[in-house]
Amino acid sequence: MQRTKLTLGALVASTALAGMASAQTELTLWYHGAGNEVESNILGGIIEDFNGAQEDWQVTVESFPQESYNDSVVASALAGNLPCILDVDGPVMPNWAWAGYLQPLPISQEAIDGHLDATIGRWDGEIYSVGLWDAAVALYARQSTLDELGLRTPSLEEPWTKEEFMGALEAAKASGNYDFALDLGTAWTGEWYPYAFSPFLQSFGGDIVDRDGYQTAEGALNGEAAMEFGAWWQSLFAEGYAPGTSQDPADRDSGFIEGKYAFSWNGNWAAANTLASVENADDVVFLPAPDFGNGSTIGAASWQFGVSSACEHPEGAAAFVEHALQDEYLAAFSDGIGLIPATKEAAQMTESYAEGGPLAVFFDLSAEQALVRPVSPGYVVAAKVFEKALSDIANGADVADTLDAAVDEIDDDIEANQGYGH
Amino acid sequence: MALVTSDNRGLRLAARYATLILVALIFLFPLVFMVVSSLKPDQQLLADTSSIRAFLPVGDISLDNYYKAFDRAPIGLFMMNSVGITIVTVVLSILLCSLAAFSFVFLDWSGRGVLLSVIVATLIIPFETIAVPLLLFVSKLPWIGWEGLEFGWLNTYRVQVIPWIVDALTIFLFVQFFKDLPRELIEAARVEGASWFTVYRRIVMPLSGPVLATAAILKSLKMYNEQYLWPLIVVQDEAHRPVMVGLGYFFQLQIAWGEVMAYLTLISVPVIAFYLVMQRAFISSIASTGVKG
Repeated sequence: MQRTKLTLGALVASTALAGMASAQTELTLWYHGAGNEVESNILGGIIEDFNGAQEDWQVTVESFPQESYNDSVVASALAGNLPCILDVDGPVMPNWAWAGYLQPLPISQEAIDGHLDATIGRWDGEIYSVGLWDAAVALYARQSTLDELGLRTPSLEEPWTKEEFMGALEAAKASGNYDFALDLGTAWTGEWYPYAFSPFLQSFGGDIVDRDGYQTAEGALNGEAAMEFGAWWQSLFAEGYAPGTSQDPADRDSGFIEGKYAFSWNGNWAAANTLASVENADDVVFLPAPDFGNGSTIGAASWQFGVSSACEHPEGAAAFVEHALQDEYLAAFSDGIGLIPATKEAAQMTESYAEGGPLAVFFDLSAEQALVRPVSPGYVVAAKVFEKALSDIANGADVADTLDAAVDEIDDDIEANQGYGH
Repeated sequence: MALVTSDNRGLRLAARYATLILVALIFLFPLVFMVVSSLKPDQQLLADTSSIRAFLPVGDISLDNYYKAFDRAPIGLFMMNSVGITIVTVVLSILLCSLAAFSFVFLDWSGRGVLLSVIVATLIIPFETIAVPLLLFVSKLPWIGWEGLEFGWLNTYRVQVIPWIVDALTIFLFVQFFKDLPRELIEAARVEGASWFTVYRRIVMPLSGPVLATAAILKSLKMYNEQYLWPLIVVQDEAHRPVMVGLGYFFQLQIAWGEVMAYLTLISVPVIAFYLVMQRAFISSIASTGVKG
């Protein structure tokens, strides 16, 4: 009798559970983090929590290698095979929205209150994507180097001027203690160039495109300020301050740690490893970008969640994104993979970004200096043109000719795409 | 006089062996670097690259990179996928391409010369130019499977096999080889009443060992080593990914070079083993067809 009751009970329970599971509508999520075990585990935990916390939606994840993720998404969009929830890189989002791969994300304002501005992806007046984190770049240095060379320690409020920055490079070069004064990371290619170096151009007063309408790069990328920037950029290599585009990737990874470079322009994602690898972590300081005349800025916007145009349940996707935006998850991602949490509250919950933490300066940099890359569908093309132009100038190409040619290429693309819907 | 000749011969032999050893080392060094680097931690691996230590298993040697690589990616799954896709494609390719070549060389039908020229001309078309139209095509193709009629070949093994079975190079290889076979053999068999298929199966194919080896090796290398763009755009689920797409798992913001080398070492094993088994036939085929990979 007892066994019969148990069997019946198990049957009823399993039927009820099966009924609950089948009542949940499946939403597929594509993510760029295949191969990153920590990231995958954290995301898996968030999904498990979400699936167990409500009865309407069942999120399943498919992870892709980051380097080929965008190509996979574009191919799937062509084949009409997009999932419901997409992971999208911030600067790419406007292109995907314009191309019809994404639809607006119906997320509540409360869910994003207090978030770093660059973690919210907006296009055409609507929110299309939201990120759990941002990234920031700083000038890595050692306090002992600054003291030894007699340099002022710059701050967020008072960054180095162009003269101070060039003076620092000259002092480091003249000391003879380093292979190069400055490591810009030219060994890295692709998005690193526009992300890391266009803020210098913006600080000079130029830009990749004219953000007033996004219809041309004329004047922004080849105006007086841009020419000044180009000449300065070329001088970094011509005068031997920085290694050129043939920099050894191994030196990019470990050159600053080993003392080959006095300064390194690098992201917060490399900071934890740097602190763990240098002889004296307390000596390492993360300095703000120099101010070349129009303010000190850094790039912004990292990976974010959006809803694909093929998704029949955007409300379900939004429910998942809102769930994922809880501070505890933002903090978990930050502790796990070292990125900057999207809110101040989450930052306080982390080991690195809490007030007084070793990387807290990056949160402040992100909050104070972040400038998103041009919010335009044409950015994906303009970014590649910009990268090639900077690489050519670094290798000795004529600055004016190169920037003029880059402007023509960007303008032709904008025209070919009928202004990209601006 | 005889002594001088002997010395010269010895010197020439020594010079020849020295040259051969040098060439062999040039080809072996990348493999040695890969295997040795897979045993070192990243810091040591990067530090050693500027010296001869890069080719020596010295310092902090361990199998840690292999353990970590297996944790990072389902390597066994990727290798099984690639090996399976390669074997099926190669077998079907050899069968169909050799049949096509047999038809071009031995059967008498109008337009075969023009058609062969057209097929060979497709060699100049880069795959990238047809990738998107082909993607749109296969995404709508029908298929009758266990669950009945379905549309769309994405996320399957067949989409990674069928478009690659027939190719111009393999047909061309067989055509060139078949042309040199003695016609008398085929004519004698026909006079004896053998059907064309019997001639293909009992006479032509048994004589085609070298070209079979060449076609198999070239096709295998292409399917195993070079399949990146196509699976990238037609396969979105991990279960069907091949090894080359799997390599992307190791390129994170901070690249773990030791794990990359461990992964490359592991996925190179089937290729090297296959080549070692087939190398004798491959070399004799180079001599007979004048084509190499």
